[in-house]
Order: sequence, then C-alpha cells, then structure tokens
Amino acid sequence: MNIERFLPTEEAVALLELTQELAEHELAPKVDDFEARGEFPREGIRTLGRAGLLGLPYPEEFGGGGQPYEVYLQVLEVLAGRWLAVAEAVSVHTLSCYPVAAHGSDSQRKRFLPDMLGGELLGAYCLSEPQGGSDAASLTTRAVRDGDDFVVTGTKAWITHAGVADFYNVFCRTGGPGPEGISCLLTEADTAGITPQAREKTMGLRSSPVAQIAFDSARVSADRLIGDEGGGFRIAMSALDSGRLGIAACAVGLAQAALDYAVAYSRERDQFGQRIIDFQGLGFMLADMATQVSAARALTLHAARLRDAGRRYSVESAKAKLFATDMAMKVTTDAVQVLGGYGYVADHPVERYMREAKVLQIVEGTNQIQRLVISRALARQH
Amino acid sequence: MKIVVLVKQVPDSGAERNLRSDDSTVDRDSANNVINEMDEYAIEEALKLREAHGGEVTILTMGPERAAESIRKALSMGPDKAVHVLDDALHGSCALATSKVLAAALKTLEPDLVIAGAESTDARGQVLPHMLAERLGAAALTGARKLTVDGATLTIERQTEEGYEVVTASTPAVVSVWDTINEPRYPSFKGIMEAKKKPVQTLSLGDLGIDAGEVGFGGASTAVVEHARRPPRQGGTRVNDDGEGGVKLVEFLVSEKFV
Repeated sequence: MNIERFLPTEEAVALLELTQELAEHELAPKVDDFEARGEFPREGIRTLGRAGLLGLPYPEEFGGGGQPYEVYLQVLEVLAGRWLAVAEAVSVHTLSCYPVAAHGSDSQRKRFLPDMLGGELLGAYCLSEPQGGSDAASLTTRAVRDGDDFVVTGTKAWITHAGVADFYNVFCRTGGPGPEGISCLLTEADTAGITPQAREKTMGLRSSPVAQIAFDSARVSADRLIGDEGGGFRIAMSALDSGRLGIAACAVGLAQAALDYAVAYSRERDQFGQRIIDFQGLGFMLADMATQVSAARALTLHAARLRDAGRRYSVESAKAKLFATDMAMKVTTDAVQVLGGYGYVADHPVERYMREAKVLQIVEGTNQIQRLVISRALARQH
Repeated sequence: MKIVVLVKQVPDSGAERNLRSDDSTVDRDSANNVINEMDEYAIEEALKLREAHGGEVTILTMGPERAAESIRKALSMGPDKAVHVLDDALHGSCALATSKVLAAALKTLEPDLVIAGAESTDARGQVLPHMLAERLGAAALTGARKLTVDGATLTIERQTEEGYEVVTASTPAVVSVWDTINEPRYPSFKGIMEAKKKPVQTLSLGDLGIDAGEVGFGGASTAVVEHARRPPRQGGTRVNDDGEGGVKLVEFLVSEKFV
C-alpha cells in the first residue's frame, strides 16, 4: 500500500524511493530462502551499505548520510516491511556507531567512523549478559588495565551479529560495582580471546545470528576506550534511547506489511458469495489494524522529531517502543486470523511476521522496562 | 578514455504499453517511463571502464522534456555529465533520422567509445548502434556479452544463439551490450544527491546544424501504416500420448529452440 509520508526534504523523498527499490529487488525475492536456511544475508547488507544506508543519521563529514532520525526511521520501516532481520541489522549497526559518534574523542571519530559508516563493515553491541539483561548496571564482564591495554574477561549474551560483525561495542566493568564502574570499549571482532559461541535457535529472525560471546583475556588497546572510564553506562543508556526508536520503526514496518497482506487477501477471498473484507466483522478488524499502525507511526516519528530538534525524547522513545511493538504483536496476530488456516502455514508470510513481532517486545529493553521508564518519569513529575 | 553512453527513456516494459491512436508513436503519457533496461548495463560497463582506465563518462539522450528524469537517474549511478537533445521537431523520428541526430551530437563530444544497449524495450530494432558506427566511421562491435579494453584495442564476445564470436577493433568504436555483460549497480544515496549538481547540456536541432525537415514525421524513412492490439492468447497445442508423446514434446521444444 502507498503510505502518505510527510518527508522534510526532496532528498529524503529520493532516499525513500531508493530504499523501496532496494527492498523490492534485493530483499523481497530472497527473504524466504534465507529465513528457511537461517543464513545471514551479508552480501545483501553490503549492497545496502554501498547504497549509503548503513550510516544515515551520522554527519556527512565522517561518511554518514546527514539524515535526521525522522527520515532514517522511515527507511528502517520500509526495510522491515520486506525483511525484518535486515532492518534489525541496519538498526543494530547504526546503534553500534553511536557510542563513538556521540561520545568518542575527535581523533577517535576521525579514525573509526569513516570505516564504520562506509557500508562495508558491520557492528554489534555487547551489553546484556547471561544473568543480567534488564539489570544492565550489574554486569560482570571485567576489563583490567594492563599497560596500554585493557584485558577483558567475561561473557556477553544475546549478541545480534555475533560471529558476523566486524566490531563490537563492549560494555565492561573497569571499576567498582554499580553503573559508575562501567566503561565502553570499541573492539575489533578478530581480537584474540573473543570467541562467538554457538548460535541460539530463535523463534523468528532466523537469518540473523544471535549468540553469546566469550571474552577470555582479550587485549584491547586503551585508545579504544570510548568516553570516560566509568562513563559507559551513561553511553549505553543514551544509545538505547535511540535504539528504541529503531525498534519502534521496525515494528511499524512489520505491522504495515502484515496489514497490507491481510487486506490484499481479504479483498480476494470470497466466502458465502462475497469478499470477506465486505463482512463487517472482518472489515472492522482491518480498520482497527490500520488505525493502530498509523498511530504507532505517528508516535514513533513524533519522538524522532523531538530528538532531531535536540529536545528530550527519552520517555517519548520508550512510549513509542512500547506502543509500536505491542501493536505489531497484535496486528500480526490478527493478520494470521484474517487468513484463517492459510495464515498458520508458511506458504503465506503472516506466520513469519507473527513470530518476528514477538522479539520486538523483548529487545532494546523489554516492554516492562519501557513501562518502568515511563512510570518513573510520571512519578517524578509534580 | 572518453566514453559516451546512449540512454533512452522508454515505457516500463513490466506494464501494459500502447501506441498513440492519433500518430502511432509510443504512448508516453499513460506509461511509467524508465531508463531502457539494457542501457543500465551500458552505463555499468562504462563506469567499470572508467574505474579501471580513468576518463570520463557522458550520458547522451534524445527525447522529450520528461526524459530529463531518466538522465538524472542515469547520472545518479555515477557518470560525470549528460547531453540531452531536446527539440519538439524530433517527435515521430525514424531510426535513421535518430541516428543522424545522435551522430551529430556525438561528433561534438568526440568520444573514444560509445556504449549502447543492444536494443530498446519499446522499438527493439537493434539497428541504431550499427547506423551510428556507419555515420561516425567507427567500428561496430555489437551484441557484446563481454568487453575488454587494452589501450586502443577493444575485444568483445559477441553473443549469438549458438555461443559467441570474438570480435576485435580499435577505437573509436560503438559497442552495444546485452544484459549478460554485467550486473548494474544501484545508485547510492550520495550519488542521487550529486546527480542533481552534475551538468546537463541541452542541444536543439539548430545547435547540431540539422534542419527540422530532416527529422520527425516529415523526414521519416519509415511509417507506421496501422497498428492493432496484441491478439488474445491462443490455447496451446495439445499433445496426446499415443506412444509418440515424448518425441512430439521434444520436437516442439527443439522447434522453439528451448533445447
């Protein structure tokens, strides 16, 4: 379906057209095969990178696209509608560039960003650990200073792009307990002592590798410390505010795809002598789905526009992530219902959409954590 | 190396296409107009040559005002500049007249190499590259599935139904390419932005020293006498297997050159 988009510039319109074309020709024909085989589409992502889609919200002087979040998120939305794992890859990579872009020194930005934004490299973000996901401040991976290096030991969990990424942002404890003891190290994936473990067998996003990563006395040069020593937790949290918007946009794109498929099907499918969309019970269901998708898009882009204007957007970003991903779960489930038995089999994509939607309620802070962020903000208000 | 790539705007071959009822020319108003598919391969080949040998790539288009969209699209893939031959009097030009106009434009550009798609998806004549080579006194290397450049020596593998022929010539030359020659790149976001700033020179018939009477309907050497819509699809041939079914199927496949 054609979505009435409100884009700020002509170049944004051109960018969305390019994204549509790439999604249509490079993603749509391949998604089923790659998901079935559980194969990561590294070449496809390189194609997006060469087109300039792997560094959109970063400054042009470092090779980024110089685009506002409002535009970047709509690009993600289009990609997610064709292949959620690829949109997630773009979102995770973009998030992986955030610590050095926002908190790195000038020389670190000059040294690292052009390659990271250039489209050939892929990043990952190592925050969660087996015993601590939501409670990130309690992480135990240790980095001990030894001469010009940090020596990193511990285990990170749920790492998207484990084994395929070229660099990892590793959040580790360089000081005492609590959030003030955490630092951020930008490490190369081929550093000795960094070993991705066996891939998790996931419900959805099967083409996207997720695994634990073991750090066994991995030596990382101290000039790869991003921000201040002890400043890592603040970096992680501010990165998550942006990452949440990425996930919200993915949810909107996925739900839009489910809606489009359900609408197309219900216009074709006849029962009792008429199209099933003309039965009010089903037509109203589709109307509710369409409204929910539009509402989630509006909420997500509102938070993005606040971010673009340099305003506080942390709570709005949590609301957008919460609403858009719960919405995507509901809309994809309803899309399966619209197709009936056909919705439950893999011949139609809606069963995949439904499996994929679930993870969006969990990643970048579970939706319970989003509610915590929002309710704490409410409690602080006078 | 100075390379000129011929780019034609055509109606999208994936959608229904029509001829106009008034003058039997291609109906561009009701169509989604795009770069002729084969021309994208020509652009890609030119860009690869520039990457390997240096030089400059110029897009040359003859077409109405709206062809400017296709020129921008072509430039977003990476060429340096474009020339748009634009003149109302060109409407209705035959292939021969088109080759006269393009040859005149090419003479002002003095390319070492002209690369074109082997055919356009609307007319499918495949004649223009040959005509241009003749008018320019350049070698015609047509129907290439592979192009190698070694100094001023060009070698192509000319695609045929049975295989390929190796043809060699020196520059200046006109090379036409099939879609087997490469995989065209997508434009990049930066390429799209840069394309807006690239120079596009517009030339009229006057600029090229061609009289309006030599082109258009008046100067056409061919004319469309009448046209009709494609007849509805006929039912296929039914082969009943009375012991010879397999043989008949193979005979059919051979007659259609499927095997």
